[in-house]
Amino acid sequence: MKDLGPVEALDNKMVRVIDGVHLRAYPGQVTALLGPNGAGKTTTLACAQGLMPPNGGTVRLLGQNPYQAGAALRSRVGVMLQEGGLPQAIRPLALLQHVAGMYQNPRSVNELAERLGIQGFANTPIRRLSGGEKQRVALAAALVGDPEVLFLDEPSAGLDPQSRAVVFDLIQELRAEGLGIILTTHLMDDAQRLADYVFIIDAGRTVVHGTVAELTAATDESTGVERLLTFDAPPGLVFALPEPFAAVESVPGRYTVSGQLSPALLAVLAAEWAAHNVMPASIHMAPRSLEDVFLDISGKDLR
Amino acid sequence: MSAPAALIRRIALQGRYETMGMLRNGEQLLIAIILPLLALIGLTVTPLLDTYTDDRIAMAAPGVLALCTVSTALTGQGIATGFDRRYGVLRFLSTTPLGQSGLILGKIIAVLAIMVIQVVVVGGTALLFLGWQPALGGLLPAAAQLVLGAAAFTSLGLLIAGTVRPEATLAITNLLWVLLAAAGGILFPVASWPDVFEPAAHLLPSTALGDALRSALIDAQFNLTASIVLLVWTVVASLAAIRWFKWS
Repeated sequence: MKDLGPVEALDNKMVRVIDGVHLRAYPGQVTALLGPNGAGKTTTLACAQGLMPPNGGTVRLLGQNPYQAGAALRSRVGVMLQEGGLPQAIRPLALLQHVAGMYQNPRSVNELAERLGIQGFANTPIRRLSGGEKQRVALAAALVGDPEVLFLDEPSAGLDPQSRAVVFDLIQELRAEGLGIILTTHLMDDAQRLADYVFIIDAGRTVVHGTVAELTAATDESTGVERLLTFDAPPGLVFALPEPFAAVESVPGRYTVSGQLSPALLAVLAAEWAAHNVMPASIHMAPRSLEDVFLDISGKDLR
Repeated sequence: MSAPAALIRRIALQGRYETMGMLRNGEQLLIAIILPLLALIGLTVTPLLDTYTDDRIAMAAPGVLALCTVSTALTGQGIATGFDRRYGVLRFLSTTPLGQSGLILGKIIAVLAIMVIQVVVVGGTALLFLGWQPALGGLLPAAAQLVLGAAAFTSLGLLIAGTVRPEATLAITNLLWVLLAAAGGILFPVASWPDVFEPAAHLLPSTALGDALRSALIDAQFNLTASIVLLVWTVVASLAAIRWFKWS
């Protein structure tokens, strides 16, 4: 449906912000662009939304060039910008009604407002709303035209846990209705919960992509899941583990072991603890997360 | 499949939205209606204009209408657009079926709508309470010049709003309003400027609009030179705005 063949863009200081981002998104799926702040996610979206022309590469949105597209294409696409893009003086309901007027068959403003819990502050000027309330109004404004494609730039930014649940439920419902949803996030938890397909972007490039399961699963022949084990013990100890495993002291007193951990390996580790007469203050083990994938690939923290 | 509303409807909606936005804003009303009315009354009851004329209201009313244009097109639209740009409103609306061109057309409609209100209020006050008797033959030329002036000052306002921070737009457009009102040939003819500078003063869009309206409403004449100056400002400022306006 949408193909961003290697896209490049320069910002207004002529700095190359994205270079060779290559991605695709499909109807009925949530596609996430995951990466740290400043990775080029918003610029990639701006090219896809037709807000700026790329300096190189091609962008197709529902088969058309979004930068040259007319109102017909724009009416099929909903956009929620990172900063919201909301006028400050107007009230939410009035704004949604105004935006709805731009479409022939908009969604019902009242239903949307109710679904997103906007009724409670429908007549408060937008400048007085909290971050999460503004975010919900911006989402409603992106949806009011009943789009086929929905772009969400950092949809969970500023949301309290309750609104986050409402917004995430709605995103999943829209996916089930067949919308193609493209969202950016720097929170791996968002991507892990919502996305069918993830593109990890760093320094303006797609570094890796795949389904969440693919990305977090083992990359070699086996079907085993990669896990990360962390434990706290006195600093400066050496725990002998069979190749290729190692207990790496990431910060003094905190050790991590990663890879396809087996019960046999855990038994060796426990024996090593016994040999050092060490009882770890805490032990934590979990499947490799997208954050670990990102850390592996780029050597950087996601945040 | 979702479809856009008709073009005319989108633009009309945006025009109404922008007009209501300006009318609901107290500062905008102050500079668009209250201050021009005070200027009109001030120039009529004080002898400020006596060096140029013995019919104060005849000279005051066209000048105040020119000032109204600067209020709405330059200061009003400049500030509104500058802050909409800051908050990403311009970007958001240009992703809706309205688009960038619809956004600009909506602004033009809003400027013209506010100016109709200003002409009714200021012109009405001058006619009913201050004994204004405009040259009837000059009404049509005056209307045309007001539209041309609106085009020139809207282009300038959008150029400023699209290139500097909104706080700077606020300061620049308010300062320009004061400077142009006091000495920019809007309310007072520039005949009082030192001889060396007077020819240059006629190249200001403010002088051109003030002179054009005075020619029309006092002498029923179409001031061709002033119209050309306004047209040149409109073309240059529009091209500059198209070239340098940043949407975000």
